[in-house]
Amino acid sequence: MPAPPLEVSFNELKHLVSSRALEGDTLLLNMGPQHPSTHGVLRLLLELEGETVINCIPDIGFLHTGIEKNMEVKNYLQALVMTDRMDYLNNIGNNLVYCLAIEKLVDLDVPPRAQAVRVILTELQRIASHLVWLGTSSLDLAAMSTFLYCFREREIILDIFEMCSGQRMMTSYIRPGGIWRDLPDGFEEAVRQFLRLLPGRLRQYEALLTKNPLFLDRTRKIGVLTAQEALRLGVTGPMLRATGIAFDLRKAQPYSGYDQYDFDVPTATGGDTYDRYLVRMEEMRQSLRIIEQALNRLPGGAFISDNRKFVPPPRA
Amino acid sequence: MDLEAVVQDLQSELGPAVLGVERACGEIGVLLAPQRVPAAAQRLQERHGFDLLIALTAVDYWPDEPRFALVYKFYSTSANALFGLRIPVPGTAPEVPTLENVFPNANWHEREVYDMFGVRFAGHSDLRRILMPHDWEGHPLRKDYPLGYEEVQYTFNFDEIDRRKPYATE
Amino acid sequence: MGVEQKLGNMGVVTTTLEHAVNWSRTNAMWPMLFGLACCAIEMMSAQAADYDLSRFGMELMRPSPRQADLMIVAGRVSRKMAPVLRRLYDQMPEPKWVIAMGDCCSCGGVFNNYAIVQGVDEIVPVDVYVAGCPPRPEGLIHGIITLHEKVKTEKIKDYA
Repeated sequence: MPAPPLEVSFNELKHLVSSRALEGDTLLLNMGPQHPSTHGVLRLLLELEGETVINCIPDIGFLHTGIEKNMEVKNYLQALVMTDRMDYLNNIGNNLVYCLAIEKLVDLDVPPRAQAVRVILTELQRIASHLVWLGTSSLDLAAMSTFLYCFREREIILDIFEMCSGQRMMTSYIRPGGIWRDLPDGFEEAVRQFLRLLPGRLRQYEALLTKNPLFLDRTRKIGVLTAQEALRLGVTGPMLRATGIAFDLRKAQPYSGYDQYDFDVPTATGGDTYDRYLVRMEEMRQSLRIIEQALNRLPGGAFISDNRKFVPPPRA
Repeated sequence: MDLEAVVQDLQSELGPAVLGVERACGEIGVLLAPQRVPAAAQRLQERHGFDLLIALTAVDYWPDEPRFALVYKFYSTSANALFGLRIPVPGTAPEVPTLENVFPNANWHEREVYDMFGVRFAGHSDLRRILMPHDWEGHPLRKDYPLGYEEVQYTFNFDEIDRRKPYATE
Repeated sequence: MGVEQKLGNMGVVTTTLEHAVNWSRTNAMWPMLFGLACCAIEMMSAQAADYDLSRFGMELMRPSPRQADLMIVAGRVSRKMAPVLRRLYDQMPEPKWVIAMGDCCSCGGVFNNYAIVQGVDEIVPVDVYVAGCPPRPEGLIHGIITLHEKVKTEKIKDYA
């Protein structure tokens, strides 16, 4: 029995490429789902003229997991476990978003200690995620040593997560109403040690990359996005900040006590890949500032809400 | 920004198409008839400065009618305000005009709503499935679509499930 | 065919040859870059400095299936990705082995629904399953060493 066709037929996609492709003037390339630089699965149908990409038709859905439908049949705490796995580089952030949504909908109180711990862990997770970004994007540009250095720093952060929750990545530590259990004893010392360690390492990475002519050649004026285009396309996060618009949700609509902490929102003006690199490096430094302030002011008290409708009672 | 003034402006501009106002959890939005969605979005973008389409999803209320409700959320970067639109859509032949010309990122969001719920968007330049394989039948996030789960193998039913389960041998 | 028929029943020679062939296969098994989701990040951590995979001869992750021996399926395989996975497995030359890393490829994991293949052994024959969500890098290394031990017990008459 003949195998069913794997791809959408070419006729369905013909209207998306320019007419030059159909004549053979430009090259149509399938950058398939398995490719070293797609980091996960992304299929791109590229129309190339030399090294310039004229048209790009993404084909996504290779990692569609049906999480939304699966969460419909679970209760709040069971579905929390699935949120870790949505953006798998930002597990604690996903937990936090889910818990904030629940807390907003049912008006659940969160004690201040839990809010401060949430901020510390989310910022640590942000640094871990940015380290993966730095490692893998410089791996794509053939700077393999940065990859090894970044994962070395990431191991320290993962050790801190393991100390809190027992798991390196899918922690499910942030639960509706607060956090799962109180911080262990060595937490503060471990975080302070990390805070002392990282700035020097970030300087080393910048010394390797920021003024490197090879890196500049590969990233300057590549992938330029103007501010207008970014807003039209619904872009947020570091990509929007690299075009010049200083929109950070932590400042605009502060959650979990972010308005108590003093930090800057880094922006850049060009909107190309190099600017996004600069914005993310600076974001890591700002995250260190936030963690330090939160750690200095860590309040005591309860770590989870008392509302027994949403929070299971303690075991002992 | 005074969001109540935005609501009143939409009511005066679009008249009977505005079916109601929703206020919940500190956020505000209007219920709107399907045909006037692009007009409302245009008004919000040009007159009130809502420049970012943050969310476009749908909810399935099967078996109640109207079956679907499309939810749009707009954000204004200059005024730091959120505004929502909720569009009730009937279950038979659900169709809504596209927002692609006003907010280009609606292209993918609408493809996802089509893929997951089956709501068609009139005037969309490229309406095809985005998350499921292109020849998939059915719309997964509808409430009458089965979850598709597999029975869990415990020790007592291990062997009988093992016999039925397809294994690749080579 | 091949070695067994040519050498006949020369027990000692074929045993030593088996030993040599299996030793060389285990010590330089090149994995194929098939990281799909979260387990891929732990596979990258296993590759990186703290838990080094190059001590097992595996520092080269080959993206091309034609140059790889070992396919570490790391992450959840959706129904859209399944034909791609099978095609890549078919493109790998013999001898080839498959490690199913993580819960999602062993049994479907947390996701028991329409979109995820419930265990990658529905598509490709798997040699070693590594449990965990995601498995620690040490868990992956344990899986690789188990695979090495399995390869060391292979006999020439099974594949030559």
